[in-house]
Amino acid sequence: MAAHRCGLSLVCILIFSSLAHPSSCDTLEKANDNTAEKRSISEVNTDGSVAGEALNERQWQSTDAEVDRSDSTTHSEALTPAAARDEFQEELVIRPLHSGDIYASFQFRTLWDTDFLQEGQKVSHYRLFPKSLGQVLSKFSVRELHISFTQGFWRTMQWGQPFIPSPPGAELWVWFHDTVSDVDGNWKELTNVLSGIFCASLNFIDLTNTVQPSASFKPLGLGNATDHRFLRYATLPREIVCTENLTPWKKLLPCGSKAGLAVLMKSEKLFHSSFHSQAVHIRPICQDEQCSSKAWELRQTLNVVFDLHTSGQGKKEWSLFKMFSRTLTEACPLASSSKVYVDITDNPEGELFELSPATPLLGQAVVLGDRRTYSVYDLSRAETFGQLRSFNLLLRWKGDSGDMLRPLLHAERYVAGFGLQTGEIHTVIYNNHPYRAFPVLLMDSVPWYLQLYIHTLTVTSKSRDNKPSYIHYQPAKDRHRPHLLEMLIQLPPHSMTEVTVQFERALLKWTEYTPDPNHGFYVGSSVVSALVPSMVAMRTNFTQDQPLFSSFVPVKEESSYFVRVYTEPLLVNLPTPDFSMPYNVICLTCTVVAVGYGSFYNLLTRTFQVDEPSPPLSKRLANLIRRMRGVPLLT
Amino acid sequence: MGLLSDPNRRKALTGLLTRLNTPICIVCYLAGIVWFMGLAFEPFTLRTYMSENAMGSTMVEERFSSGERALSLAKEFDAHKRKAGGMPVEWLVKAMQSRGLEVFTQSFSRKLPFPDENKERYMVRGTNVYGILRAPRAPRTEALVITAPCSPGNTNNQAVALLLALAQYFRNQIYWAKDIIFLVNEHDLIGTQAWLEGYHHTNITGMEYSPLQGRAGSIQAALSLELSSDVITSLDLVLEGLNGQLPNLDLANLFYAFCQKLGVLCTIQGKLQRNDWDTAEGYTHAAQTMMLMVLKQACGRSWGDHGLFLRYHIEAASVRGINSFRHYKTDATTIGRLLEGMVRKLNNLLERLHQSYFFYLLPSLSRFVSIGYYMPAFGLLAVILLLRALDLWVHLGAPALAAVDGVTEAEQPSSPGVLTVLTPVVISHLTGVALYLLPVHLQEMAVEHFPVSETEAVVLTAIAIYTAGLALPHNTQRLLSGEGTEQGWKVLKLTALLYLAVLLGCTALINFSLGFILAVTLVPITASITPHIALYAVVMVLLSPAFTILYCVFIYQELIEAPVSVSEGWMLFLSVISQGILDHALYGSLVYPLLALFIYPCWLMFWNILFWN
Repeated sequence: MAAHRCGLSLVCILIFSSLAHPSSCDTLEKANDNTAEKRSISEVNTDGSVAGEALNERQWQSTDAEVDRSDSTTHSEALTPAAARDEFQEELVIRPLHSGDIYASFQFRTLWDTDFLQEGQKVSHYRLFPKSLGQVLSKFSVRELHISFTQGFWRTMQWGQPFIPSPPGAELWVWFHDTVSDVDGNWKELTNVLSGIFCASLNFIDLTNTVQPSASFKPLGLGNATDHRFLRYATLPREIVCTENLTPWKKLLPCGSKAGLAVLMKSEKLFHSSFHSQAVHIRPICQDEQCSSKAWELRQTLNVVFDLHTSGQGKKEWSLFKMFSRTLTEACPLASSSKVYVDITDNPEGELFELSPATPLLGQAVVLGDRRTYSVYDLSRAETFGQLRSFNLLLRWKGDSGDMLRPLLHAERYVAGFGLQTGEIHTVIYNNHPYRAFPVLLMDSVPWYLQLYIHTLTVTSKSRDNKPSYIHYQPAKDRHRPHLLEMLIQLPPHSMTEVTVQFERALLKWTEYTPDPNHGFYVGSSVVSALVPSMVAMRTNFTQDQPLFSSFVPVKEESSYFVRVYTEPLLVNLPTPDFSMPYNVICLTCTVVAVGYGSFYNLLTRTFQVDEPSPPLSKRLANLIRRMRGVPLLT
Repeated sequence: MGLLSDPNRRKALTGLLTRLNTPICIVCYLAGIVWFMGLAFEPFTLRTYMSENAMGSTMVEERFSSGERALSLAKEFDAHKRKAGGMPVEWLVKAMQSRGLEVFTQSFSRKLPFPDENKERYMVRGTNVYGILRAPRAPRTEALVITAPCSPGNTNNQAVALLLALAQYFRNQIYWAKDIIFLVNEHDLIGTQAWLEGYHHTNITGMEYSPLQGRAGSIQAALSLELSSDVITSLDLVLEGLNGQLPNLDLANLFYAFCQKLGVLCTIQGKLQRNDWDTAEGYTHAAQTMMLMVLKQACGRSWGDHGLFLRYHIEAASVRGINSFRHYKTDATTIGRLLEGMVRKLNNLLERLHQSYFFYLLPSLSRFVSIGYYMPAFGLLAVILLLRALDLWVHLGAPALAAVDGVTEAEQPSSPGVLTVLTPVVISHLTGVALYLLPVHLQEMAVEHFPVSETEAVVLTAIAIYTAGLALPHNTQRLLSGEGTEQGWKVLKLTALLYLAVLLGCTALINFSLGFILAVTLVPITASITPHIALYAVVMVLLSPAFTILYCVFIYQELIEAPVSVSEGWMLFLSVISQGILDHALYGSLVYPLLALFIYPCWLMFWNILFWN
């Protein structure tokens, strides 16, 4: 254990050392904050936008002022009822993607002003926070809970980075409070309860697919727990997400799907898309700046990518109505803020697409290391809906769909080899940064029926051996525990790093096969977590549109940002008996073995003697008499 | 088994078997041949049926309608191909990209062991272009492949164009559950091999290729399309793959079902189906179709791009458009619909194709012979070898048993026996190794000394070594034990018979056709051989593996209704040998090593018996 901790601290040190920013004492918090959630845009704006943008100065200022005002009003509103400071915010971000597809990301944030982790405190009053989840949290002493259901695979090469990454299928990771004694028991019960809440097969999570990553999954909320005994992580790559998972998810919202942004969530449209991911994140956060009191944050997110080709019908045109077959008519009355953002960064002059209705409000935020500009539509204001009392955003494409992107960090995985005996898992990680090397944490959880030959593990970048600075490997136990492999690998700039490990396919017991054994068995996505140098810091040619005094030191915003990349899951065929005729097989093999082998063995080992014909009766009688007389017998 | 452990009854049984050995062997041989020929008779075969539920019951509607556009695309492709003087890589990349696919290329190069004169290539350098249609909401775990070779000249333009048109149509559909890879490969099989090796990150044939950038999980099935005219009269289905591997029968059933549904004439081995099974012509037709399949399967080469997929456990078939003088024509739209239907049904698969048969023969597309029906034909031939071996064993053991006092005497002749047997076995196998290694390695020397091309050098060296094997010192036993004994050749024959039985048995399990053809020619002569009869030597040579290949060439040409003269046949024979060696080097076909390293040495052992005294 001690050695373990040592390794762990080494990881942390390495991550920290990779940060160029020397003054960031709260790096971990910061990095974590950024993990997947983009920062609230109004915050960035109130911080004051950096001077010298190419866009109209006046417009920016007016925007800021307006955002400021709206912020202050929401704050004051939120602060007035002192008794319950629960709060609900909703927002929808629409990002036209490089490929011509469109990305819609909903986020609903519910704050719950209570601290039930303190001993002896029973909570029975719920306002905005869903009771079903609140009870689960308190019963199982959950500190943090992250669950996502995803149908489809995020195409990083075409779409860039998502706001909140998630692997295909279901993913669940939970930090338990450190007072929990029986973590495994709690985990098992929790998965069964969540399975009921979300109508998903989370009850298939058991010890054979649960791991305790030592470094890849750190708490995102308050507290700096690092003892991974209280962490459980599991994925179900085969989980299929559909309406029955969406309905319970919608029910957790304060307004349900009756009002606000949630009215857009009609399953027939949401599932007519290229990618669908819904998630629930619960974590403890600070209520105020001094962190004098804690609150629970529930973030529900839903990400959809609509396909230009299948739904566009040739016309390159998007609208809320076309995407969701609904328009917006009101904000959720319980929401303190309700906004729609459209990413217009790539479209400063309107040459790529045309947006209507136009909005005077602009917002800016640094998302995933890149400064993005957004058009903001505030649903809490009546003028947003216009005279028709309905808000239908229209986006008309003008440009062509572009080539593939080169995201800074990108990973993919495949199985090499053929035949049903052995194979090799290849994980390829790309660092497309032109001159910066950065470390990544690779986490692989492989089911026990692929028996990894860990001595064949190789890490090569630029055709040279790349020795990982930290390796945490937990071998599998047949039928009890999966393999867990975590590595900290330094990616050289502009390189491709390949991690390979060979495996042997185990022969399962015949009851262990799934009902469709010839489909193959899934291996969950591997997880690449990294602090990636940010795009803002990457631009070397600053002087174009910025004052010289602001651009000498290359680091302006956070120098790097946290990214988690999931690779595709694998489908591996195991040697499978022919279940379609078990009877024939059993009969044939048994007969062959019993008859063939048995009798040949018999023939080969037996010594044969010529059987003498029995003497005639008279001779036997004579011999009998002779024996009695004691004379030699006749032969 | 009590029968065998009781010495008296055992004696009676062996006595019966030795006494009636020759008649039983003759009956078995004839029965084997008749059984095999009977397989093509329709009442004895089964009707094909779709075993896979996911493909059978689901209704699929075909809506592909851009056949005309595909044809104009074919012209455009042809123009670009001419301009580029090969594969128009950039145009293809653009064409696929504009259809919304993720496009990748792979370049490869391969130096053949010796020039391929049939296809006129030696240093091969090319590029594969493939586009992946990502299925919405699928996690990149499963894929289907549609491939069209980019062939030189005017051929296959329509196939590539139809591929692109299908890609465009498929891209606009929402129902895909598996990614679909559209692959245009250059240099036919070499390109496919490079792509497959790249995709699975293996290197079994020494190909040089650039690694693949985009993948789509495990490939479930593949279709290869070959189409060289705007309209076709029929579609031919090609199933025979590398080493005689066949795809799951459900793939053939699927093709047949859609041909029936869309009213497209479909053939197998280029032969239409006939309904008059009860007439002599009907039976002959079915027998010819089946014989063609047996010959094609036996030669172990891949008869289309699909053949190389089978190694990777990917069910694959080639669909070949044929334009003959018939009036009834099918247009590109219908072919597109047929492919659409097939791909959609494959898309519905929940598991890999596994429900139906992997071992079968097809006398027509609607009838099949399963392994349970054809194996007895081989079994009847193979049992002859075992019967003869038993006969020899009994004869060898008989004097020992007869002599009451002669335990030591009986053992005496068998002790030099081991050495006398071992020497010919080793010599034969060394000859086999020489036959396997020398032709390719000695080509440079041969070219230097004789006025022949490299290909001719290889083939002629092979034939020379083969012939030289016959003239080797086959009477080594005389050096060892003075005079060759009766006992000696019997022991050698016994060994050789058992060896041959094992060889043929193993071959037939993997590639029934090859095993059966070898058994038909090798079994009669090897069963009856005795030393020193000049007639035997002639028959022996006439039934040797090389002559078997020659006969197969003539029979094949006869069956595809392109009979050849003796000299043409000889040229074909030479090219078959060079192709066999090339197939082994390029794609890992196992027929050449099997023949050179095992069957030929085994045959040499029997040849040895001829010269025993």
